[in-house]
Amino acid sequence: MKNNSQQPTILPIKKIVQETPAIKTYTFEHKLGAEPGQFVMLWIPRVDQKPISISRQTDSSFDLSVFKVGKATEALFDMKEGDKVGISGPYGRGFNIEPKKNIVLVGGGCGSAPLRMLGEEAEKAGCKVTFITGAQTSKDVLFKDALSDTCITTDDGSAGFKGFTTQKLAEILTENKDTDKVYTCGPEVMMKGVVDVCAKHKISCEISMERYMKCGFGICGQCAVDPLGICICKAGPVFSGEMAAKITEFGQYHRDKAGVKHEL
Amino acid sequence: MNTKITFLGKEFANSIVTASGILGVTGATMVNNVKEKGVGGVTMKSVSVEPREGHPNPTITTGEHFMINAVGLSNAGVENSVKEIKYYKENCQAPLIASVFAGDIKEFGEVTKKISEASPDFIEVNISCPNVEDEFGKPFAADPQLATAVTKIVKENTDIKVIVKLSPNVENIGKIAQAVEAAGADAICAVNTFNGTLIDVRTREFVLHNKFGGVSGPAIKPMAVKAVYDISQAVKIPIIGTGGVTTGQDVLEMMLAGATLVGVGSGVHFGGGKDVFKNMMGEIKEIMEEEGIEDLMEMIGGVKSDD
Ligand SMILES: Cc1cc2nc3c(=O)[nH]c(=O)nc-3n(C[C@H](O)[C@H](O)[C@H](O)COP(=O)(O)OP(=O)(O)OC[C@H]3O[C@@H](n4cnc5c(N)ncnc54)[C@H](O)[C@@H]3O)c2cc1C
Ligand SMILES: Cc1cc2nc3c(=O)[nH]c(=O)nc-3n(C[C@H](O)[C@H](O)[C@H](O)COP(=O)(O)O)c2cc1C
Ligand code: FES
Repeated sequence: MKNNSQQPTILPIKKIVQETPAIKTYTFEHKLGAEPGQFVMLWIPRVDQKPISISRQTDSSFDLSVFKVGKATEALFDMKEGDKVGISGPYGRGFNIEPKKNIVLVGGGCGSAPLRMLGEEAEKAGCKVTFITGAQTSKDVLFKDALSDTCITTDDGSAGFKGFTTQKLAEILTENKDTDKVYTCGPEVMMKGVVDVCAKHKISCEISMERYMKCGFGICGQCAVDPLGICICKAGPVFSGEMAAKITEFGQYHRDKAGVKHEL
Repeated sequence: MNTKITFLGKEFANSIVTASGILGVTGATMVNNVKEKGVGGVTMKSVSVEPREGHPNPTITTGEHFMINAVGLSNAGVENSVKEIKYYKENCQAPLIASVFAGDIKEFGEVTKKISEASPDFIEVNISCPNVEDEFGKPFAADPQLATAVTKIVKENTDIKVIVKLSPNVENIGKIAQAVEAAGADAICAVNTFNGTLIDVRTREFVLHNKFGGVSGPAIKPMAVKAVYDISQAVKIPIIGTGGVTTGQDVLEMMLAGATLVGVGSGVHFGGGKDVFKNMMGEIKEIMEEEGIEDLMEMIGGVKSDD
């Protein structure tokens, strides 16, 4: 791909793994060169093109882990190994890894996707990583075994800790006073909870936001957030806890495909 | 050195305005364009009476020298847009150009009346979007009579100054410009995007979901400059010159061709990120200094043509 061109690069799906009833991981053989927390625009010809985070990356491949929610993701679920999709990106600003720190990752549902890549990269940088991956019930837990120190939480207690990821995080931060930083991705209400827990423990954190995207590269303004007017696809999707506090719509409302506001 | 521009009686800090459809969905983004990025004014994304989702993605992509889009005029509807404009007005002094479109003549009147409640500084009338032909047929800008009819009804429904945005996909853009001037347009914006498409070789699919779209970016600049020049020779009303502008030099070129203000859209991508407007202004001031230009307004229509 040339410098200015955002035209999708066509790649066959190399491998598909069913992670949970509603999440599949798609592997592509392509050197993407992304940072953890960045995303690609995934084009499913004749259907749609959507932002998806990178859940794993090697020197010659990358993974996307996708939660089935609607038209595009359903169409992707019907695709087979060898079928072709288009990839543009990587886009956005990812997580900042500081070497040799003690960090905690808090993922809710499919939000654990970018955290897996972050965890692997952080371990390479000498960090001690604790990964909290939460879901409603045991069968929905994403990446149970991906990282060495993983805590599972489920709302119904069918696996791991019974309760929310934020409760588990509070427990860990109370026990381990040497935690340096927390990273989170998942439902916005959960992330808002994580920001609050971190504020209480005076620990810095980074969050990863989702908003409706059209271009993905900072032209259309569809993913802009109030009151800063910055675009998530360019200035984010990852923000520091301090920035998140300035984005007053965070945890409150979002705009849809047309630009109409809805409460979260 | 003066870089201020007076356009239809209102003052702009410089001659650069964002083009409609670029970073113009929310009031806060447009405030950001002025306060953080340094544009002289902003144009809002085109709005219709009712909210529209637009086409599925891909809606916007680029090649090395062009952008192509078929967003399909998505917008939150005029009622929500009035709120976004009010937010802008409470937080920013720089002039705001609202942009409206409609599927038929009567609706143009309705959307104009409603958007006027927000008191935008100007109303731009988008009669030239090429990406909704399946729905609306050929753009109104392709026919002098239709362009006249739209201009008239818009003027009847507002006291705010009206800018009509023209399409380059016509045989004689000067003729259309004369028609809308005669119908009462206060200014002209040109150009909107050129008809085009993009085909993916590996999948043999059209890349844009809508198949066809509008081409913008550096590749269209020579055609856009010519269109602006042709319009300037055909009418007396001021022009917002738009199309392929990515540098300060491009801004000055557009002004020499006859533009009072210069719209920048795709240049946000091609011109080098978030500092694009500041870089343009830096370059403009440098050239003004080197060439001994005291007042930026001197550039308007300043191309030499001795014939
Ligand atoms: C930066 C970024 C990174 C993302 N990373 C991933 C990722 O790694 N994996 C992944 O699966 N998704 C990810 N998403 C979300 C993904 O883009 C959407 O789930 C996808 O666009 C849905 O498209 P669809 O056509 O299947 O659903 P639509 O038809 O668009 O939506 C169907 C219904 O689901 C709702 N919906 C849409 N998105 C979500 C959501 N995320 N959660 C719950 N409900 C939703 C809609 O409101 C609608 O009611 C990311 C989004 C962003 C902005
Ligand atoms: C993504 C995108 C969306 C656009 N949406 C609109 C719109 O809603 N209304 C309009 O009048 N023009 C719209 N345009 C056209 C631009 O305002 C401008 O006329 C055109 O892109 C040429 O300028 P440029 O080369 O600087 O981008 C859009 C252009 C792009 C690239
Ligand atoms: S999706 Fe277009 S600006 Fe972010």
